[in-house]
Amino acid sequence: MSSDSPPAAPAPDLPASHPRIQPGLGELFVAFAKMSLAGFGGVLVWARRGIVEQHRWMTADEFNETFALCHFLPGPNIVNLSFVFGSRFRGLAGGIAAFAGLVGPPMLIAIVLAALYKHYGEIEALRRTLAGVSCAAVGLLLSVMLKMTMPLVKRRDLAGLAMLVAVFVAIGLLRLPLAEVLLVAVPASLAVTLLIRQRVRA
Amino acid sequence: MNEDLNPIWTLLWTFGLMSLFAVGGANAAIPEMHRIAVEVRHWMTDKEFADVFAISQLSPGPNVLIVTLIGYSVAGIAGALAATLAMCGPTALLAYNVSRLLTRARHSRWPAIIQAALVPLSIGLMAASGLILARTSDQSWIAVLTTVITAIVAFATRLNPFWLLLAGGVLGFAGVI
Repeated sequence: MSSDSPPAAPAPDLPASHPRIQPGLGELFVAFAKMSLAGFGGVLVWARRGIVEQHRWMTADEFNETFALCHFLPGPNIVNLSFVFGSRFRGLAGGIAAFAGLVGPPMLIAIVLAALYKHYGEIEALRRTLAGVSCAAVGLLLSVMLKMTMPLVKRRDLAGLAMLVAVFVAIGLLRLPLAEVLLVAVPASLAVTLLIRQRVRA
Repeated sequence: MNEDLNPIWTLLWTFGLMSLFAVGGANAAIPEMHRIAVEVRHWMTDKEFADVFAISQLSPGPNVLIVTLIGYSVAGIAGALAATLAMCGPTALLAYNVSRLLTRARHSRWPAIIQAALVPLSIGLMAASGLILARTSDQSWIAVLTTVITAIVAFATRLNPFWLLLAGGVLGFAGVI
């Protein structure tokens, strides 16, 4: 779930300055491959578990900060996280090792599945099965969306909810190109957010 | 057209450019992927796009795998690699550089403000993704029901999503959906 939940609260059981263990390139690759292969429907939960709880390579706060950064930048969040994380310990090579671990092994699995689909995709039983998986997969996507929406609803963030609906209509119903919609929506949303924060402070 | 001669280049610049606008991750960029792959370039049909999404969810790993599979269906293994690297490379380097800049200004309030402004946009994009995929996947009321129940169970419990995908597959195999 690369983008399903806001960064979680820091775990209370971790001391703020525990001795930092420096992972090597091989360790980075293996650790990210493990997290990635465990993650169906998203890797964030497993990344957090692996980095913070299991290996103690980062404190919960450091993890949240890093994830927040990767969340507001464009691109696949968890991929950004792997690269930033790896490079923090071992420079560019570390970033590449973590990235290769995260993406490489699952990529092989996905390609094998896609090759099977190419050869056997016309078989009726497989078509039906995949159609069923599709329905569930869409449901998973909707659940992630709902989980992300709840904080806005709880805060009664009407401006945010209005932005959400506007983007949904523009992209989902009107099918406008992403770049053009974002070139309007991002500045608008930033302006509204700033305005509201200033009013709250005043 | 020149770009039709070499699909690898088309994949590289299509996804390289798209990644820079992929606010909220790969799932939020699905409408744009669908627009380009199905409507603009005719790489695949609506149904094939829904299948590719299902396969990407069936594989463990990051959501970005859907890009790998679009690349694979356009140009085989080379296409898969090109599309994946194009989608991940530029933004990973951006994140790397920004994170180095920000280590000095760790307590700046800007990251929080930008994030607060972008979150509603990424949710809106994901809702659009859900609609576009549901239009092709959910052809019967039982299919719609499966999607809704999956969404509710995944929202309310911490069940591993794999079991929900498996349940959907079993229902499909049994001919219920």
